Amino acid sequence: MAYLSIRQVSKAFGGPPVVDAVDLEVPQGRFFALLGPSGCGKTTLLRMIAGFETPDSGTIAIDGEVMNAIPPHLRPTNMVFQSYAIFPHLSVFDNIAYGLRKLRLPKNELKARVEAMLATVRLEGLSGRGAGQLSGGQRQRVALARALVRQPKLLLLDEPLAALDKRLREAMQVELRQLQRQVGITFLMVTHDQEEALSLADQVAVMNNGKILQVASPRELYERPNCREVADFIGEINFFHATVKAVDGDRVTVNGGLLGVVALPRANILFDAAVGDALLLAIRPEDIGFADAGLAGTLAASTFLGETTLFQVQVAGRSDPIVVSNYFDPPSKDVHLNFPPDMLIGLPES
Amino acid sequence: MRKHALLLYALAYLAFLYVPVLVLPIFSFNDSQFIAFPLAGFTTRWYARLGADTAMLHALGNSLKVGMATALLSTLLGLLAARAVTRYRLRGTHAALGFISLPLFIPDIVLGISLLLMLGAIGLPLSLGAVVLGHLLVCVPFAITVLVARFEGFDRDLEEASADLGEDGWMTFWRVTFPLILPGILASLLLTFITSFDEFLVAYFLSGTEPTLPVYIWGQLRFPERLPMVLALGAIILAVSVALVALAEYVRNAGVKKPMVGA
Ligand SMILES: Nc1ncnc2c1ncn2[C@@H]1O[C@H](COP(=O)(O)OP(=O)(O)O)[C@@H](O)[C@H]1O
Ligand SMILES: [Mg+2]
Repeated sequence: MAYLSIRQVSKAFGGPPVVDAVDLEVPQGRFFALLGPSGCGKTTLLRMIAGFETPDSGTIAIDGEVMNAIPPHLRPTNMVFQSYAIFPHLSVFDNIAYGLRKLRLPKNELKARVEAMLATVRLEGLSGRGAGQLSGGQRQRVALARALVRQPKLLLLDEPLAALDKRLREAMQVELRQLQRQVGITFLMVTHDQEEALSLADQVAVMNNGKILQVASPRELYERPNCREVADFIGEINFFHATVKAVDGDRVTVNGGLLGVVALPRANILFDAAVGDALLLAIRPEDIGFADAGLAGTLAASTFLGETTLFQVQVAGRSDPIVVSNYFDPPSKDVHLNFPPDMLIGLPES
Repeated sequence: MRKHALLLYALAYLAFLYVPVLVLPIFSFNDSQFIAFPLAGFTTRWYARLGADTAMLHALGNSLKVGMATALLSTLLGLLAARAVTRYRLRGTHAALGFISLPLFIPDIVLGISLLLMLGAIGLPLSLGAVVLGHLLVCVPFAITVLVARFEGFDRDLEEASADLGEDGWMTFWRVTFPLILPGILASLLLTFITSFDEFLVAYFLSGTEPTLPVYIWGQLRFPERLPMVLALGAIILAVSVALVALAEYVRNAGVKKPMVGA
């Protein structure tokens, strides 16, 4: 039984559904990311978990308890708002102590807990600061501390790093990851940044148009996306139209158009394919090699990325360039590309 | 040349605005019954006599009661209306706000007579309570305007954050909403109090046998020998009004300078 369990949850605001029959299971104690482009319904889903929106249908359960009828202030969740929503009239200390009022702790115990939390988010010595005197990164830490100090069953984070500049964001990614390990609370983070999701989360759910497309580990999402949309959304990838010619044993032979006839491992076909089926062959830029023979093309452009370079290769009979990533420049502008069959994956043509 | 003309115009304009007002305090210190130049000499006896005028003090008491009741009630009503308007996207909000503001544009004399007729029709006696009702019509729109402005600068995430941290609607109001809109509430209280305190026509029609201060002053103008005292009273009211309006503006702006949003 999953810790957070979402069953067939839908939500519309008078138009088409913003969240569309979503099923999602989040395990306990993990860092889980909900990844999707802007406007795909991530915040709406998060707000339904926190209780700020009511699902039109479906159930949301946390730790086995159905939440639908429970108001936000009684739910075992806490949220880090995208705007951070730090109380401007309170000090850092009072912001963090805000959610502890009901515990009626003795003064020194309250102080100890808040100070310990401040240390956890590395804000020691700032407890007396006014909310107006904090930098963006500090506000973010206060928002985190304020939520974590309540020891929620589930911490919800809505694009927690989006408002920070690049360097701070990268530093905070590392910290956020460590913080989750340290406190052991289940984190559910929403983001539109695929690098952030892949580098932070144990598991990622990819969402588009209100639907969950795939839930998998970052590696699996990258290596074995289950559909074109996911493959496209996560990093660079090249697609080729193909048809299944034969299925024999653990190999599937396909007619790959420009790629010719290739036999790829059956495990690389990520759907139930039968002879005659159309399929989409996909391959990552780093899996394509420059070679002495193979598909002939011309170098159209290149982007230096530091460690590697991304090359756009134009080939006859195809309008989109093929994207290849390599450590070294090819010897001439006329190149041949090698597609190792084991690196090709087959997706449903849709 | 044009610059000089402009300066002259500005000075003339300011003189036009403020000289009549300055006449009041000047003659209130003039040691003569007659309001005429040249000034006769300095005295504070008109002010001293004011303190002994029990009828005047009674009228002052009436005005304070009416002013405070009006300020509290119109601010409370304004608070509820402003919250509803900014919180929920209700149908017809704009029309409703327009209607609420309408009394501001109805001449006070029309308002006064209509209220007089209506009170007569429903059989309510003329009283200070009736004056408060009349003043509410004028003051509630002020209160709403001041408070809507305050609520509009308010980040809704803050109230949700409070709920998220375990507080119900009532506690959220006390711990987050109220402290953040407090400057607006104070400004509204001061402005509505002053509006009520200075109002004459509606009070004249509705106060019956219990005059408010402006009504009492109006009554005193028939007695020339009491005129300097009225001037002294007027000077005090003027000073207090200016001070309160300045204070209201100060708290309103002081509050606004603080960041209102969580981001
Ligand atoms: N309260 C609301 N009323 C109407 N439409 C809304 C509301 N909240 C969100 N939406 C719409 O739902 C869609 C998804 O929004 P959101 O969940 O914020 O997406 P995301 O967080 O993935 O960017 C958007 O088109 C947005 O305009
Ligand atoms: Mg969002």
